[in-house]
Amino acid sequence: MNRINQLFQQKSENILSVYFTAGFPKLEDTVPTLQCLQANGVDLVEIGVPFSDPMADGLVIQNSSHAALQNGMSIRKLFEQLTAVRTEIHIPLIMMGYLNPIMQFGFEAFCKECHRVGVDGMIIPDLPMSDFLSEYKEIASRYGLKFIFLITPETSEERIREIDSHTNGFIYMVSSAAVTGTQTSFDNKVEYFNRINSMNLKNPRLVGFGISNKSTRNMVNLYSSGAIIGSAFIKALQETQDVEKGVKLLLENLEK
Amino acid sequence: MNKEKDMQNNTNFSSPSGVGGRFSIDNNGYYGEFGGAYIPEILHGSFERLKEAFYAIKDNASFKAEYYDLLKNYVGRPSPLYFAKRLSAEYGTNVYLKREDLNHTGAHKINNALGQILLAKRMGKTRIIAETGAGQHGVATATACALMGLECIVFMGKTDVERQFLNVQKMRMLGATVESVTSGNMTLKDATNDAFRYWCSNPDSFYIVGSTVGAHPYPDMVGFFQSVISEEIKWQLQEQIGRDYPDYLMACVGGGSNAMGTYYHYLNDERVKIISAEAGGLGIETGETAATISLGTTGIIHGAKTLLIQDEDGQIIEPYSISAGLDYPGIGPAHAFFAKIGRTKVHPINDDEALEAAFELTRLEGIIPAIESAHALALLKKERDTFKPDDIVVITVSGRGDKDMDTYVKYFKQ
Repeated sequence: MNRINQLFQQKSENILSVYFTAGFPKLEDTVPTLQCLQANGVDLVEIGVPFSDPMADGLVIQNSSHAALQNGMSIRKLFEQLTAVRTEIHIPLIMMGYLNPIMQFGFEAFCKECHRVGVDGMIIPDLPMSDFLSEYKEIASRYGLKFIFLITPETSEERIREIDSHTNGFIYMVSSAAVTGTQTSFDNKVEYFNRINSMNLKNPRLVGFGISNKSTRNMVNLYSSGAIIGSAFIKALQETQDVEKGVKLLLENLEK
Repeated sequence: MNKEKDMQNNTNFSSPSGVGGRFSIDNNGYYGEFGGAYIPEILHGSFERLKEAFYAIKDNASFKAEYYDLLKNYVGRPSPLYFAKRLSAEYGTNVYLKREDLNHTGAHKINNALGQILLAKRMGKTRIIAETGAGQHGVATATACALMGLECIVFMGKTDVERQFLNVQKMRMLGATVESVTSGNMTLKDATNDAFRYWCSNPDSFYIVGSTVGAHPYPDMVGFFQSVISEEIKWQLQEQIGRDYPDYLMACVGGGSNAMGTYYHYLNDERVKIISAEAGGLGIETGETAATISLGTTGIIHGAKTLLIQDEDGQIIEPYSISAGLDYPGIGPAHAFFAKIGRTKVHPINDDEALEAAFELTRLEGIIPAIESAHALALLKKERDTFKPDDIVVITVSGRGDKDMDTYVKYFKQ
C-alpha cells in the first residue's frame, strides 16, 4: 500500500507534515533533513523542487528556492541524492514543484524516477485539473504516485467534490487566500473549516499556509487531520543555516 | 462622421474567441499547442468569473458604446495612419505609420486598460492591480483608475523604476501606488510574479494584465481590446489608397499586445505578410537578449504554455534588452503559435539597431518613437531588399519616446 494511505490509516489526527526546499541551506542537506525530520517525529515530508519563478510563494520560499538553485540543485541532482533514501527513511515523501521544471525533465521520466527512489506522491500547484485528468493522471497512477490537490476558501463546493473524487491520498487545504509564508489570523477560519468538514469528503485533509506556532497548529489539528508547515521551517533553516538546529528551532516554535 | 460610424459598425464584437478561422482558440484558451491556464488553485474562481464576465460583455451593446465613446473622446482615436514620405523615399517603398504614440498617455496600452477597467467596473471591482515594464501600461492603468475612481496598485521591477522614472512619477501623480519589486532581475517578469502573488492574497482584486500574456482569457482579451488598431488600419487604408490591406504589417513584440492589435483583422488575410521584431539585446548569441521566439523553447510562464528563454532544467533565464517594455523572457502564446506555423516572420533587433532606427525616424519624420517601437522601425532596414516600390508597408509606432530620453541622450552623446 502507498505510504500516504498507510499513514492516514494509522493516524487520523495531529499529523505533522513539513515542507523544505531541496538544496537549502546547503546542496547536500536533502537526506540529512529527511533523517532529522523523521527522527523528530514528523509524519510526512514535502520535498520542494526549486523553481526560478515560484508564483504562489512568498518571500521566504522564493529566497530559499533562489539559494538552492545557486547551490546547484536540479531535479537530476535531487533524484541522485534520493537514490538510497528508502534504506533509512520510512515516512511518506511527496515531491512538490511547479510544472515547468518537471515538464522539461519530462513528466513520465519524473514519475519513473519518483517510483525508483520511493517517492509516494506529488503536488504541482500550477497544473490545472483538466490537464491532469487528460494527460497526467494515468501516467502518475501507473507509477503508483498519489496526486495531491489544493483547495482554498475560494474553491466552490462543486469543485471540491470533483477534486475529492479524483484524489486518493489527502487534500491539501489552504487556510486562507494567500501565498506561502504569510502571517494570517485563524480567527475567522472556523466557518471555512466547518463548511469543509460538513461535506463528508472521502479524503482526509491537512491544512497549510500560515501555521507557525502552537496556537495555529492546535487550531488546525482541531478541524483537520493535521498541519503542513513550510515557511516556518525554511525560516528556521535560514536563521540557523543548519539542519539539526533548524529542526530543533521549528519544534520549539511549534510549542510556543 | 462616417468614420466614427464605421469604427463602430466594422467592429467584429460578435466574433468567437480568438480571431476566427485557423486563429481561433479552443475552450481552454489554446492557440495550437500554446496557451492554457496554469494557475494556482486560489485563482481558479477568479479566472472563471473573469472569463464568464468578459465573454458575456464583449458582445454587449451598451458596453461597446461606452468603450468606443472613451476611445474616441478620451483617448483621441482613431489614431492617424500617417504616410511617412521621407522614410518611404529612404527605403524605396510606401511606409505608413500607425500612430499609437499619439494616443492619450502616449502608447497603445490605454486601449486595453480602458476595456478591462470597464469590465472591472461591471464586475463590481474596486481595486485594480497591474504589472508594468516600461511604465506605459502602468500609466495607462493608473489613468483609467483615476478616470473611474478606483484604487490602483502597480507592480514594477526596481530596475525599471529607475530607468523609467518619469512614468513612475506620472503614476504617483495619478494616485496609484507603485510597488517597487526587488525579486529576480527586478524587471517585467518579476513585476508580473509579484502582481500574481498579490492577486493570490487578494482574489477580489481585478488584475489588468497589460499584454497578450498570462493565463486564458488574458491573451484573448487583451488582443481583443487592442484589435481596434487593425480595425482602423483597414478603413484608413481604404480611404487613403483605395484598398483595405497592406502588403506588409510590422510591429514589435515583447508580450505582443500592440502586434496582436495590428495583426488581428489581417491574420486570416494571406495577402498580408506579417513581420515581428523582438528584442535582440546585445545580440542573440551573447546571452544578453530577450529574443524569445528565436531562442525560446516550450514551457510555462505566468500561467501560459508558450515559448520562453530557459535553461535545460526549466529555470527561466533573466532576459536583457535596452527596452524595458520588451525585456521579458516569454511571449504571448498567440505569437508563439503564429511564428511556429509560419504566419509571422520574426527578426531579433539588437539595441544598437533600435537606437539607429529611433534616430532615423526622428530626423526624417520628426517623430521620436518609444524604444520598443524603434525595434519595429528597424525592420525596414532588415528587410530593405524585400520591399518593392509599390508595396504598402504599415508599421505600428506603439508609443512615444518621452520616457526614453535618458537612453537617447546617452546614445546621442556617443
